Amino acid sequence: MRLIPKDVESLWTLFTAPTVWALHFLACYVTAAVFCAKAGVAPFSFEAMRLALGVVTLVALSGIVLSAYLAWRQWGFGSGDPPHDEPTRKDRLLFQGFATLLLSGLSFVAVVFGAVPLLFIGACQP
Amino acid sequence: MRKIGAGAGLPLARRRMRAISLKVSPSGARSISRRALPILLIPLSGCTGAQSALDPAGEEAAAVFQLFLVMVVGGALIWIAVVGLLIHAGRRRETPWSAEKAGRLIAWGGVAFPVVVLLALLAYAVWLMPAIRPWLARVAPAPETIEVTGEQFWWRIRYPASDGMPGFETANELRLPVGTRTAFSLKAADVIHSFWIPALGGKMDMIPGRTNMLSLEPTRTGLFRAPCAEFCGTSHTLMAFSVVVMEPDDYATWRRAQAGGNRPGTGEGKRLFAYHGCAGCHGVRGVTGPATLGPDLTFFGQRQTVGAGTLANTAQNVARFIRDPGAVKPGAKMPAFDMLPEKDIAAIATYLVGLQ
Repeated sequence: MRLIPKDVESLWTLFTAPTVWALHFLACYVTAAVFCAKAGVAPFSFEAMRLALGVVTLVALSGIVLSAYLAWRQWGFGSGDPPHDEPTRKDRLLFQGFATLLLSGLSFVAVVFGAVPLLFIGACQP
Repeated sequence: MRKIGAGAGLPLARRRMRAISLKVSPSGARSISRRALPILLIPLSGCTGAQSALDPAGEEAAAVFQLFLVMVVGGALIWIAVVGLLIHAGRRRETPWSAEKAGRLIAWGGVAFPVVVLLALLAYAVWLMPAIRPWLARVAPAPETIEVTGEQFWWRIRYPASDGMPGFETANELRLPVGTRTAFSLKAADVIHSFWIPALGGKMDMIPGRTNMLSLEPTRTGLFRAPCAEFCGTSHTLMAFSVVVMEPDDYATWRRAQAGGNRPGTGEGKRLFAYHGCAGCHGVRGVTGPATLGPDLTFFGQRQTVGAGTLANTAQNVARFIRDPGAVKPGAKMPAFDMLPEKDIAAIATYLVGLQ
């Protein structure tokens, strides 16, 4: 049984990867801001928060990779070249698959960029 | 009638170009470039000076300068490459690029290259952050903290007690020892100001009701200028302080003298300073009682400027300021004292400049 049918015609799949990107950005930004604003209040260390956000990053990247795989499948594993601009159901599906794949790529890069400070920032600046 | 169109105009323009290029021999071109070089270099002189982030005199400013250089050189190289590609793309050629080749160029030049370069620049900038703004909690030994408060339109500076010397307040001139990290707790009394010593490091806002921390480490002695870096009212541009970076021994001597205060002294100026009520707002340690409404004036004669970086510190300028501060510095809170007899103003000015 497939998780999502191959030929599902919904715009929601298109937004999956950018939504994951937005949620990952919010998770990193809000967590770090609240942790540093309430310095010493949180029951865990900065390192623990860094690690947790690292895990969140991996989960986000996995979600985006999954979205990219589904999009690749919808695009027919690259069997046809764009532009898919015929007014047919098949072309609409292929077009959407290709657009979703590109958006997934963008979102993957954006999540990696968003996570770069996790590697270098080791403390809150008072 | 013959029409003058592009076809007719172009050869004419070309002929003129040729005539011009013929007049300039290769050696002539060299001499022109040799003569033009000093003129072209003039803008570079703007990079140095007492208020330049491009002439660093501190650890943080050096890191900011390094970041600036990497970004400018990196940006310039990419710009040259993109413009080169643009020129290449605009040229007509016999066999145009195939769609496949163009697609590969877009994938490598338009996707892979920006992703890798931006990732590298981002990682470099984030990696450099601790050098630009060191984590105070991790600085060992903990640096001494000087409190600086931004007020419309001057700087209140409080040195803490140390080595048995009491703490003291001064204004509009900060003195720091070279090679030692100093922390600043930054506050604002009225509106948002911003503390920025370009030659020593990046800026930090001073926000009413908040205390922001910053630390700086000067690496060479000298006199620097620090402007307020956040618009704070009509005289924002006239709100600056001088920074004197000194050898540690000189600094210790200066600090001891500051903590001790001025010698009481005598003279008409001193009497008039109290008589006309100046001492109600301005304190002179060792001479008057404590007064903190306006800038402290202890050792005023040592300062570089009058009116927080507005005028050179001469008796004439001090008198001008006393007569009508608002004329020198619009919006200044100090009232005009132009009702005082000229000789009294002159005596007070001479007295203040003499506070050495």
